[in-house]
Amino acid sequence: MGTVVVDVMPKQEILDPQGQAVVGALRRLNLSQFTDVRQGKRFTLEVAGDVTDEVLAAAREAAETLLSNPVIEDVVSVRDADAAAAGQEDAS
Amino acid sequence: MSNLPAYKCDTVDIASQDPQAEQPWAELGLKSDEYQQIREILDRRPTSAELAMYSVMWSEHCSYKSSKVHLRQFGDKTTDEMKEKLLVGIGENAGVVDIGDGWAVTFKIESHNHPSYIEPHQGAATGIGGIVRDIMSMGARPLAVMDPLRFGALDHPDTARVLPGIVSGVGTYGNSLGLPNIGGEINFDSCYQGNPLVNALCVGSMRTEDIHLANATGVGNLIVLFGSKTGGDGIGGVSVLASETFDSTGPAKRPAVQVGDPFAEKVLIECCLDLYAADVVAGIQDLGGAGLSCATSELASNGDGGMQIHLDRVPLRDPSLSPEEILMSESQERMMAVVEPGKLEAFMEIAAKWDVEASVLGEVTDGENLEVFWGDDLLVQVPPRSVAHDGPVYQRPLERPAYLDDLQADGTAHLNRPRTGDDLARTVLDLIASPNMCDASWVTDQYDRYVRGNTAQAMPDDAGVVRVDEETGRGVALSTDCNPRFTKLDPYAGSQLALAEAYRNVAVAGAAPLAVSDCLNFGSPEDPGVMWQFSEAVTALADGCAVLGIPVTGGNVSFYNQTGDIAIHPTPVVAVLGVLDDVAKRNRSGWAHAQDAIYLLGETRDELDGSAWAEVAHSHLGGLPPTVDLAAEQTLASAILAATDQGLITSAHDLSDGGLAAGLAESVLRHGVGASVDLSPVASRDGVDAFVALLSESTARAIASISASDAEAFEAVLSDKGQAFARIGTTGGDHLKVEGQFTLAIEDLRSAHTGVIESAMSH
Repeated sequence: MGTVVVDVMPKQEILDPQGQAVVGALRRLNLSQFTDVRQGKRFTLEVAGDVTDEVLAAAREAAETLLSNPVIEDVVSVRDADAAAAGQEDAS
Repeated sequence: MSNLPAYKCDTVDIASQDPQAEQPWAELGLKSDEYQQIREILDRRPTSAELAMYSVMWSEHCSYKSSKVHLRQFGDKTTDEMKEKLLVGIGENAGVVDIGDGWAVTFKIESHNHPSYIEPHQGAATGIGGIVRDIMSMGARPLAVMDPLRFGALDHPDTARVLPGIVSGVGTYGNSLGLPNIGGEINFDSCYQGNPLVNALCVGSMRTEDIHLANATGVGNLIVLFGSKTGGDGIGGVSVLASETFDSTGPAKRPAVQVGDPFAEKVLIECCLDLYAADVVAGIQDLGGAGLSCATSELASNGDGGMQIHLDRVPLRDPSLSPEEILMSESQERMMAVVEPGKLEAFMEIAAKWDVEASVLGEVTDGENLEVFWGDDLLVQVPPRSVAHDGPVYQRPLERPAYLDDLQADGTAHLNRPRTGDDLARTVLDLIASPNMCDASWVTDQYDRYVRGNTAQAMPDDAGVVRVDEETGRGVALSTDCNPRFTKLDPYAGSQLALAEAYRNVAVAGAAPLAVSDCLNFGSPEDPGVMWQFSEAVTALADGCAVLGIPVTGGNVSFYNQTGDIAIHPTPVVAVLGVLDDVAKRNRSGWAHAQDAIYLLGETRDELDGSAWAEVAHSHLGGLPPTVDLAAEQTLASAILAATDQGLITSAHDLSDGGLAAGLAESVLRHGVGASVDLSPVASRDGVDAFVALLSESTARAIASISASDAEAFEAVLSDKGQAFARIGTTGGDHLKVEGQFTLAIEDLRSAHTGVIESAMSH
């Protein structure tokens, strides 16, 4: 039983109204050291067996075709939840 | 200067010293002679920032270069009498009309077609945002929005992609802004498959003395940018410059779409109204297409001409933006004001109160040029009129399409018509279940139609009605219409039919038609056949408005709506605005009471070419559209308005698509009150059979229901106005019964009419 984690963020140059709302609220709470906030989303995809390269490739396809809107969002990582973070990140 | 990112800025100095540098004018969409023209205007090569400005401002979308020569007719054919109620005409952000009692109303319709195809939700949302800012920039409080939408076939897979996104975008943005959506259209035709149309209308009101205009006058007055920060939204094509002017480690290709924030826009609306009330704004302009390039050049061009702007003072969301990109960014929810220096402090206080960021970018100068700086570097030095108003003008070749003769010759006379009452009943059910005639509440239920509490009526009534003055009830009615099947068959007649239908819808609601805005959606202007359609449409609308005595106050042209070489049907969407002195007197559109007398107003001819029946029963489009009779439309309007004024009408409904059959079915379904109808008075007077009486789409017709006790008075009004009429039945019961033909239970009508769009969207 394995888990693939997919992180999706609004493209850097696209306005993120949710993030803007959060940064505004932080200021009102006097947590003003945070100058900007961007809010994305995380998906966890469960598979019956191990997270193989094949599974990761399929997860990436899912991420790019369904889980994200390629016009305004980027898939920032597709990775095995159990693997050590370093070296396993498939950032693109 | 030291704290600015070190861009290799292409300055005016560099451009003068290095006149032969290669420039990507073709990639930016400029033609070779246009590029030469820019060089002649400037007497040197443009800087990359200037090239970016000219390329966008001289694009079809901003410059109207192909349409200008035709649009002139709207001004030329406007008589002094039509101008009487016109406070601000074509050329400003939106036209303004006088609706009486010191109230002015501004309204405009625009397209956001291409962005909505690429990113349906955000494209449609920012379409609403953009048109609302146009209305704000006239000094008005936005009151309501409307959105005529056109999609490909309902059962096509791509329709299931674009439709829900577009509808949710319109709904999310409008609902979050707290603006009611009071109507529009939803229309399906395979010609829109690769190119859906998203048109958006906004109407706003103000006191007549509060009108604001977009001009920058008064040397020393400050130019203030306020609203959201500037990011890399909607730069699209200009990124070709970015890759040229800074090294390859620069930002990735910028997206062509923008994401809007309706809550930021809501705050901006209230902030603007506060600024107007405090009288601290000398001129105002919204930022839309072409962003700062457009706003600065238009303000300067409409004013004294001279302006200096410092781009390094623009608050940025993305610090990696190059000066060219800042100039072109289409980030949403931004406005630009011209402020006298003595009023700046008050301006800034109001902006701060609303948590709206405001920055002084520069000032009005006594020079003749718009000058844009990045630090000490002068990046732009241009005569603003050459950017904003004196762009290229094309007299494109026109040619009546060769296919038109065959298309017009292929009428509906040879098509099988229903012969029995049962056939007719089936035809009526098929008709009201068809995508273009079915219940649209799956769409309109996603819109808040009543927020702000001033909506007197919205979908599914013929026209949206909204109250302007809460004391007196004075208000306006609006309808947008276009039957693209008719404009395909005959662009001139079809355009006048669109005008006539919108005019009729407003009048039937009990409002006196006053003014027009139009959104002209066409294919490529480089196709002589499309250009001919466009020329016919504009001529028809200008001629029609002159006959009806209502001026065109503004609008928008959208070209290049096509997939490959195949253009959409010509789609000149016409919005007519009318006035009611009290919205409580409006006419509702369905039957609410039993035992009312039903009248058919107008005459019916055998006019089935291009009709909904021809489409639904035979998938046929050919022949000639129904006869246009604007004099008859005026008679009908005056008769209905006179009867409305006397309080005689219990309901009225315009007849158009689907003819009398659709009008009867919709009136029955509105409140679940049936009717018994006898067509024989119409059949014998007009020499038509039951099928033609029910399904012909002859114009200048409406149905009305009248309390039996008022029937005599109503007939007297109609006779006095010279309006043809026939008493065709009585309301009541659980069926729609057409004497001698068929009886349909209301629940059968309802089950055919409803659920069509939701079931197509649920696959």
